[in-house]
Amino acid sequence: MVVSALALLWLRNLFAVVMLSGSFSLNAAVLYVVMDAVDVAFTEAAVGAGIATVLMLGTLALTTSHEKADPGVSWPHLAVVVVVGSALIYGTLDMPRYGDPMAPIHQHVAPEYIERGPKQTGMPNVVTSILASYRGYDTLGEVTVVFTAAAGVLALLGRRRKKKNKMKKRTRSGERP
Amino acid sequence: MKNLRALSKRRRREMQHKEVLRVCSKLLIPLIMLFALYVQFHGDFGPGGGFQAGVIFASAFILYALIFGVDVGMKVLSPGARRFFLSAGLLLYAGVGIAGMLLGGRYLNYSVLLDDPVAGQHLGILLIELGVGVTVAASMITIFYVFANQDESE
Repeated sequence: MVVSALALLWLRNLFAVVMLSGSFSLNAAVLYVVMDAVDVAFTEAAVGAGIATVLMLGTLALTTSHEKADPGVSWPHLAVVVVVGSALIYGTLDMPRYGDPMAPIHQHVAPEYIERGPKQTGMPNVVTSILASYRGYDTLGEVTVVFTAAAGVLALLGRRRKKKNKMKKRTRSGERP
Repeated sequence: MKNLRALSKRRRREMQHKEVLRVCSKLLIPLIMLFALYVQFHGDFGPGGGFQAGVIFASAFILYALIFGVDVGMKVLSPGARRFFLSAGLLLYAGVGIAGMLLGGRYLNYSVLLDDPVAGQHLGILLIELGVGVTVAASMITIFYVFANQDESE
């Protein structure tokens, strides 16, 4: 994973970048399986490695497959990235160890969900019972986000052919003399 | 720069000769869809659920469109049908919540849907997961087609 992440930084051919990010997602999915988060791994494999790769390839077919020349290092931007990155790493320092049963996240509502979930909803998969029943509002919001994303893409790119041809001529004469 | 639609037209002509790819994908697409349905309706017992099932279902459509051409894929599911399913899933989800309210519960409380609260939960979760799956699949297919259908500079 680290190797493919570093390679992503250095590569300039965007097709290779898309392929590598797909394999990065697949590695992440394997990592989630190892950590017993099968549902998350499933999502990562289907969305990250599957659909996202296809959509990125579609985007490359619309735009260009080579990154523009490196404009050089911009020191203010680099400074912001370093400061934010080190703040994020500092934030992880006092996190409980992975799998620690005394961690706050395992003390709050989680035991209740695990105990009550199968009895109240009658389903063995706790993740589904929490997502669909106890957190029904959240999931409704998430579905609305997906719907809004598709509607937004439609509104931005999904114009009728005739209109688009007119637009195309205009942009072409404007941008590429 | 070739766009995806022109690319796929040329690709379709090339595909006429690639029997292995065509036959394999024809064999695989029903299996992918079957697996998506399994993930959809088995999500309360095993891993998975509406989101994953929707994405897997959409990937079967996208594979079909990539192999046999975007135009052919377009005929399978028309833009009107895609928009219908896009909103139908979300409306199904919200409608289950309203049905619970009409039956005397709170919004998105499924226990009142049937006489037995546990069976009601089961029905409610099945329905809303179906809504999630339909909306996610329709969104992914819509986004793919919108990207593929662009005819910019050739």
